[in-house]
Amino acid sequence: MIEVRNLTKRYGDKQAVNDISFTVEKGEILGFLGPNGAGKSTTMNMLTGYISSTSGKILINGADILEDPIKAKSNIGYLPEIPPLYADMTVNAYLGFMYDLKKCKLPRKAHLKEICDLCKISEVRGRLIRNLSKGYKQRVGLAQALINNPPVLILDEPTVGLDPNQIIEIRTLIKKLGKNHTVILSSHILPEIQAVCDRIIIINKGVVAADGTADEIASKITNEHKMTLRIEGSTHTAADKKEIADAIRKLDGIKYVRADMEREKGIYDYDIEADEKTDVRRAINRLCCEKGWNILMLQLSDLTLEDIFLKITMGDGITGAEKAGDSAKEAPKFALDVKDGELIATEVSEEAKEELEENLPADQSFEDEDNNSEGGEE
Amino acid sequence: MGAIYRREMSAFFTSGVAYVFLTVFTLLSGIFFFFGVIGSGTTETSPMFGSMFIVVLFLIPILTMKLLSEEKKNRTDQGLLTAPIGLWSIVLGKYFAALTLFVIAESVVFIYSLILAYLGNVVWPTLLGNYFAMLFLGAAFIAVGLFISSLTENQMAAAVASMLALFVLYLFDSLASSVSVEFIRKIMLSFSFYSRYLEFTRGVFNLTSVVFFISAAFIFNFLTVRVLDKRRWG
Repeated sequence: MIEVRNLTKRYGDKQAVNDISFTVEKGEILGFLGPNGAGKSTTMNMLTGYISSTSGKILINGADILEDPIKAKSNIGYLPEIPPLYADMTVNAYLGFMYDLKKCKLPRKAHLKEICDLCKISEVRGRLIRNLSKGYKQRVGLAQALINNPPVLILDEPTVGLDPNQIIEIRTLIKKLGKNHTVILSSHILPEIQAVCDRIIIINKGVVAADGTADEIASKITNEHKMTLRIEGSTHTAADKKEIADAIRKLDGIKYVRADMEREKGIYDYDIEADEKTDVRRAINRLCCEKGWNILMLQLSDLTLEDIFLKITMGDGITGAEKAGDSAKEAPKFALDVKDGELIATEVSEEAKEELEENLPADQSFEDEDNNSEGGEE
Repeated sequence: MGAIYRREMSAFFTSGVAYVFLTVFTLLSGIFFFFGVIGSGTTETSPMFGSMFIVVLFLIPILTMKLLSEEKKNRTDQGLLTAPIGLWSIVLGKYFAALTLFVIAESVVFIYSLILAYLGNVVWPTLLGNYFAMLFLGAAFIAVGLFISSLTENQMAAAVASMLALFVLYLFDSLASSVSVEFIRKIMLSFSFYSRYLEFTRGVFNLTSVVFFISAAFIFNFLTVRVLDKRRWG
């Protein structure tokens, strides 16, 4: 359905996209994953013919986007990063305009109604686009892409700026659309890609860094065991932290140890990475017995898509893991192999939790300020 | 092309540009008509049309300033350029929308002709000559304005640059007369919009001038298409 061969885009000296090749089959939902500036939007803009490639070939349903642009473009519905909406038009007028622009032959009224129902924008059809909320604007953008039932849908960060409920709605919608359309979707939100896409392409610095299903990519990348341990030392001070970390580091097969935050009073968590061959859990247990430390928690954390992503995009090996460690707190929260519904549920609750966590210190600081000012008055 | 034409037409009216344009145009042409024609007790409309050159010069940029600059700024050009239509359809859709509004404004002349017919005898050939002169002039100027609008994201910059460009075209005659090299002066004069326009207003229907204005319109629309095309390769 979509065939991309040796696609390259240069802006002056800057190589935005470098020799990317992939194909997407009919009915596939492909996720483009990459950090900001990796070349996702550039690639999508080339796929849709908005910008041209420096070299390489793009075939949409057999039509070359540069040689036969009108035929190729008529097969694509495109939702750019910023939806191309005219603020001074009503939703109805705008969709009518796009219907004409795409030379759609389907029965006008019924087709537009169907799309509006699908995108849940029927109730705002009479309103000016200027007055719509971000979520509605995004959905009008999606509706516009769906006009004329294009076999290929290209969606550039379709859920950006939406609230969690809307994100779930849009994702469900995309999954539904994936049954009849070939969809390419870009995002830097990992759970989203995981929840929606059959296949993932990770782009970094303009090249394809990985291509496959989440599990495939994980199995290729994984070559070590990761775990989080909570160990109670003998003195309950920061001196423990160093002693324990150093002792674990001396064990066979340990690649990396990092003392994490103080989770309970005087007790620290440790992120540990070991190579694939040795199972270090028993050795750690023995070590703790000898030293008189207590293991309060041992949690294996296999590579999540997030870890993979960070590994790929920030260089591999230990440096990657170190950087991953910084955000590893969040990593286990997005459970990997969970089915969609549950995944979404966990993620939303996590977001809620994060909000709480964010609010808490803020509240405390306010209280502190209050106390201070009161103190000052006294 | 049709879809873009219709959208631009309705955008002219919803944004209010059309009302401003039509009001200012009819007001100024009315003033020129009253003082230049009725006030001097003549049915000769040529002086009025001569003065209208400068009005057209300042009003057309208002019409064209946002046609392409706003698309680029609001990223709505992504919708147009990824739709299954050619660049010419986009440019011509916008061009003809602006031209239509200009023709509507210009047709106010026929109301004046009714007044003149009531007061005396209308010299129809001169009047129609003038009407078409202004139509061709507008057709060329709109293409220039549209072209400049495609070069920037800022509609004010587009408006100011277009006024400046049209003003330089207007001054071409004076500039040419100060050039001492005969050869260059001749070339400059042959590109003069103003003298060709004046020739029309005196009732001389010169086919070369018609071709000149239409070619100018075509060339600038062509350049606009090239600008849009080049942006993809940038």
